[in-house]
Amino acid sequence: MTSPTWVLHDPTSELDPLVRPRLRPPPSLEGRRVALLDIGKIRSDEFLDTVEEELAARGVDTLRVAKPTNAKPAPDEVIDRVVGEADVAVVALAD
Amino acid sequence: MSTRSGPRFEVVVKSDCPTCEAVVPVLARMQAADLDVVVHYQDDSAFLAGIGQLQDDRNLERSFHLGVDTVPTVVRREGTSETGRAVGWVRAEWESLTGLDDLGPDLGPWRPGCGSNSAAPGMAEILRARFSDTGLRSRTVEVAEPQDPVEVAFDRGWSDGLPVVPPTPERILRMLAGTSRDPQEVVGLMPPDLVPCTVEKVAINAVLAGCKPEYMPVVLAALEAALEPNFTLHGLTCSTCFSSPVIVVNGPIAGRIGMNWGLNALGQGNRANATIGRAVNLVVRNVGGGRPGEIDRSTLGSPGKFTFCFAEDETDPDWEPLATWRGIPPGRNAVTLFQGDGVLGVMDQGSRTPDALVRSLASALITVCHPKICEWGNAILVISPEHYGIFKQAGWDRRRITAALHDACTRPGAEVVRGAGGVGEGVPESRRNELVPKFHPEGLLLVRAGGQAGLYSAVLAGWPGGRAKDDSYPITREIIP
Repeated sequence: MTSPTWVLHDPTSELDPLVRPRLRPPPSLEGRRVALLDIGKIRSDEFLDTVEEELAARGVDTLRVAKPTNAKPAPDEVIDRVVGEADVAVVALAD
Repeated sequence: MSTRSGPRFEVVVKSDCPTCEAVVPVLARMQAADLDVVVHYQDDSAFLAGIGQLQDDRNLERSFHLGVDTVPTVVRREGTSETGRAVGWVRAEWESLTGLDDLGPDLGPWRPGCGSNSAAPGMAEILRARFSDTGLRSRTVEVAEPQDPVEVAFDRGWSDGLPVVPPTPERILRMLAGTSRDPQEVVGLMPPDLVPCTVEKVAINAVLAGCKPEYMPVVLAALEAALEPNFTLHGLTCSTCFSSPVIVVNGPIAGRIGMNWGLNALGQGNRANATIGRAVNLVVRNVGGGRPGEIDRSTLGSPGKFTFCFAEDETDPDWEPLATWRGIPPGRNAVTLFQGDGVLGVMDQGSRTPDALVRSLASALITVCHPKICEWGNAILVISPEHYGIFKQAGWDRRRITAALHDACTRPGAEVVRGAGGVGEGVPESRRNELVPKFHPEGLLLVRAGGQAGLYSAVLAGWPGGRAKDDSYPITREIIP
């Protein structure tokens, strides 16, 4: 039998995701600025404080950025700052 | 195509109709008078012996296009226009339509017709799908035998792990009949992919879930509540935690669509409870892209991620329903969406006073998230009839029980700071000298449900996103038909 016996309608968003390769990590942080993104989890600041001190000791410039709350996605302005003002990002994800 | 210049009469009949059988001599008379009469039969043509211009309409296409709901129906057409119609047997109408006198002298002036096969229950959507534009915009997937559409749905990733009902056009059209909203209306941007979600997509997923059309207003209201920014559906879906939307339904609609608030209210066995919650989760999965192992990062998950929906028992007039307590006018239909986990049963068959029972229930409530974590997760306490009876007998209402539970869940900081009791988890050391509440003031919701027997209640623990109390909290929304 070649004719279809059922017609179904697609319940999905019908999106075709664009798969992009990840950027390679830079070979060196020299001359680059590192965004330190706090997503709002508790003790994120402790972790990023330590990373910031370590990077400063190596002469690496940093940028502190924070989401207002971990409960919601990052606002566009937060993403734009990371993308526009930094070359590399470290994200503090967990409690 | 007729070459005659006069009107054409299209008559729709079926054998399983005494009136259709009775008008056969009338049809013969019309044809003998040289009228252009085409007779469409819906089942068996044997009873039409001697009648010319018979057309097989067993697939009901012509009946559908003529909009016939009763047989016999005679339609007079001139060119492409309909210029008259008679339904059933009404001699005066048939005579006026045909211009013939003394039609059916033995039939009497009037006989009722019978239901057209094209108007049988469920047939309207089948015929619409077969013979017209359904208006559905979602792309189609054709499945040919020997493929099984249920297996195709699994293969395409449309399922939550259980079999789904294949979303055929007929079923989707029936589902859409359950709401007055336009199929192409956008309900909102569905996280985590933030995709515009139309009423049509909701209906397709409601079909998958096994919903009945009358559940659609509840499903839509639940999704709209879930899409309120401060329900934080994105975070709830993508979190490593256990939670998913828990739906509590209030108002007359709960009884009307057969929801369960009694025996086994939080369990299986009721179609409305089971499928409304499932539909919401399937929309998140299929439209929003919230699939486990991808952006749904739940460490352990929870059975509630299949479905978690029940109604509140509103049979006691002394009890203020949850939705009313949260600002919906009494008697209206509403959903409350709560970010919750599974069920922690609390069995207390010894407390006989409200004070004792409050202390007992509080001892379970403080375990939400962790016994030493405070003001992080919200909670629903589901109170069964027998436990409620202890409060009711003492004259305690929702507000008094809630206030007493908050008090009973408040502990000295020294007991719950990090390290206290040899447990690393806890509140910051800075709160050692405070009295620390377990929940934010609006973070404890009471719901009445359950069977008549059993001195039990249940704690539904909330998602820790509730610690950002101004950014993430339960949402109550009125159900609009």
